[in-house]
Amino acid sequence: MKHTLPLLAAALVLAACGNDAADRPASAPAAVVDPAAWETATVFHASGNPARLEDWGQLRVEGDRLVLAEGVVPYGLNTALFSDYALKLRTVWLPQGAEPAAWHDTDTFDFPVGTVITKTFYYPRAGGGFERVALEMDPDAHFDGRALDLSAVRVIETRVLVRRDEGWAAIPYAWNEDQRSTRLARTGAFVDLTLIDAGGRTQVLNYQIPDVNQCAQCHVTNAGDGQVRPIGPRARHLNGGYTYAHGEQNQLAYWREAGLLNGGPEAGGAPRSAVWHGELELSGMALEAAARAYIDINCAHCHSRTGHARTSGLYLEPSDPVGPAFGVCKPPIAAGRGTGNRLYSIVPGDSHASIFTFRMETDRPDAMMPELGRSLAHAEGVALVARWIDAMAGGC
Amino acid sequence: MTAMWRAGLAAFSAIILLQACGQQTGDTRDLSQADREYQHVLMEALLDAAPGSVIEIPAGVFVIERGLSLANVDGVTIRGAGMDETILSFQEQRAGAEGLLVTGANNFTIEDLAIEDTIGDALKITGSENVIIRRVRTEWTRGASTDNGAYGIYPVLTRNVLIEESVAIGASDAGIYVGQSDNIVVRNNRAEYNVAGIEIENSMDADVYGNVATNNTGGILVFNMPNLPRPGHGTRVFDNDVHENNTRNFGHAGTPVANVPAGTGILVNSNDDVEIFNNRVGRNRTANVIISSLHSAGFSELGVESDFDPYPERIHIHGNTFEGGGNNPDGIDLQALRIALFGPTGRIPDVLWDGYVDEAKMVDGVLPDDLRLCVSGAEVLNADGPGGYGNPRIATAEHACSHPPRAAVELPF
Repeated sequence: MKHTLPLLAAALVLAACGNDAADRPASAPAAVVDPAAWETATVFHASGNPARLEDWGQLRVEGDRLVLAEGVVPYGLNTALFSDYALKLRTVWLPQGAEPAAWHDTDTFDFPVGTVITKTFYYPRAGGGFERVALEMDPDAHFDGRALDLSAVRVIETRVLVRRDEGWAAIPYAWNEDQRSTRLARTGAFVDLTLIDAGGRTQVLNYQIPDVNQCAQCHVTNAGDGQVRPIGPRARHLNGGYTYAHGEQNQLAYWREAGLLNGGPEAGGAPRSAVWHGELELSGMALEAAARAYIDINCAHCHSRTGHARTSGLYLEPSDPVGPAFGVCKPPIAAGRGTGNRLYSIVPGDSHASIFTFRMETDRPDAMMPELGRSLAHAEGVALVARWIDAMAGGC
Repeated sequence: MTAMWRAGLAAFSAIILLQACGQQTGDTRDLSQADREYQHVLMEALLDAAPGSVIEIPAGVFVIERGLSLANVDGVTIRGAGMDETILSFQEQRAGAEGLLVTGANNFTIEDLAIEDTIGDALKITGSENVIIRRVRTEWTRGASTDNGAYGIYPVLTRNVLIEESVAIGASDAGIYVGQSDNIVVRNNRAEYNVAGIEIENSMDADVYGNVATNNTGGILVFNMPNLPRPGHGTRVFDNDVHENNTRNFGHAGTPVANVPAGTGILVNSNDDVEIFNNRVGRNRTANVIISSLHSAGFSELGVESDFDPYPERIHIHGNTFEGGGNNPDGIDLQALRIALFGPTGRIPDVLWDGYVDEAKMVDGVLPDDLRLCVSGAEVLNADGPGGYGNPRIATAEHACSHPPRAAVELPF
């Protein structure tokens, strides 16, 4: 799943080599790490909101590296949620002696109390200023399976999901400008960045760290119980290869081997979403599979019969057929400006007449989809879904 | 399907073109003296809310830069110092699809404050039981504009909801909108300069009374839309003042309300068991009351789920006071209809019906009594939608019937 766009990745790595003093804010001279600040052992905080990511011991800054603690396993998703082109380092850790997570065919695995999941959002540095970051398509850039190269990236935030007795809690941390320390960010924050693509084009990027209630807006996938849950660790998203420090292996197989997961069929017989990291020009079954995988991970956590967007009657889970409830010729209900003056969610054969693509293209907060988690449009994602709609037969 | 709503739509398209050249915008609130720090206090208070928390917001104008939210906590009260004293201004909002989003919060009360100029919806409450919204004002301060957010006061998927003494101004969809909810009271509110003043959609058992709906595109709407998790029925609309809802339709094309003709007083679409009585309805230029089915609402029927019932049934209109209206309907088709039937100075009768009935339910060529549209104290125009609007006619005598009165909605608080 790695290095899907090797040339582009290489170009960006070169572009990101300007690791000079100008890449740090003036107030933060060199890589000064307070070695005592970062816990050396993984800790399960059964309650409260620890003041810093440092307190969890899941990750640790060592010199210019952000290193995973012993027993903390990195993972990737076949197709990922778009978050303003941020790259994501995902980790999972189960306490010593805990039962492995229980398999589920479609839902998130049932993790034991004590489980800690982290997701660190970062960008390759583009050089020429601390706010300048690079658009990178390789989902694992600057991560070697064990550590993230802090000299090459700017880390924005780390979100912690912790499974406690009463359920999951979501706790966001913002990285300070020194890139060596963090702070609790329950009310979220804005981070102003400039995103630079491989061709040198720049975009203003008003990155938003969500507040705790906004975390719940996506992660409460069943409004009936109001419980926060992880979204990524499901069989279909994990069922693919990952480049670990010890080499490449199927994640489901490794999770079972490492005692993280119990039950379920072998990888070959398990559900599997398509792997998609921005490839264009797909067609046929590959196009269908990639579009459905993209819509699944970007939309279906809300657009399900139990999710936040159930009010819309638009259901976008992988098991939903592509019919009226998936948006085909479906008039909007409460879209407001989100219609883009278009009449139906999906007009088969005509993405330009479809509300779907309008809401993905716009960056207005009241019109865009998803409602949270981006301030830019995902050009490749829009192109993928548009191509899929344009390939449909029929009309409205 | 050139329908009566489509007529409105044709005119609406022309309006859109005009709007692109000159958006109707007044001055928004001046924020030069506003408080920019309090928002962080409020955000923390919302995050830290525990069962029974009362969050008091002092008087003042407060700049809020991102959507606020309250989630999964019961018994919370948010209280200001008055709808003209405590003002949360979202004019500089940078993120969030709503001003305040409340999810999964039972026994929730919000009162005595204003939410202004949000990018999207002002106050959205979803998945909650026992909700009280009292003396809350939602407003877009530049006036009616397509640039305004969609909904003002917007409970959806709620049970036992009371909206009273509140004010909704300038929503580009509905000022007060209750969707997919049960047991609803909307009383003594004022809705002005919205596309839809007050709208009840896909909801069960609503009482809408004592409200003033004026200067909207449509005053009070009772709708059922297809493809939603649940249909609704059972609404009483009574003792309201519904007058001069003649503001051009500034909704977004594609939204259900964008097809509503300007000059609509009370509109029932595809909803059953609606009793409309003792209202004062006047000077709504298309028609004081419109009863219609989805067939005339201007949507493709390809995307409509097969079990959707588009026919408004058991509608009872009685004891209302009408004055003027119907004199200058929105759209050339209705205008032509008016002139053809009633002459250049004539007016569309107080009740305009599109004429669609469910033929599968007819017995010996007529609809059973308990399903009919019953009207007393007003003339009825059957627009003959099923006949391609070829033979519209006054049909008052055919609707001289009545249904048993609906019971009042009772709230448990």
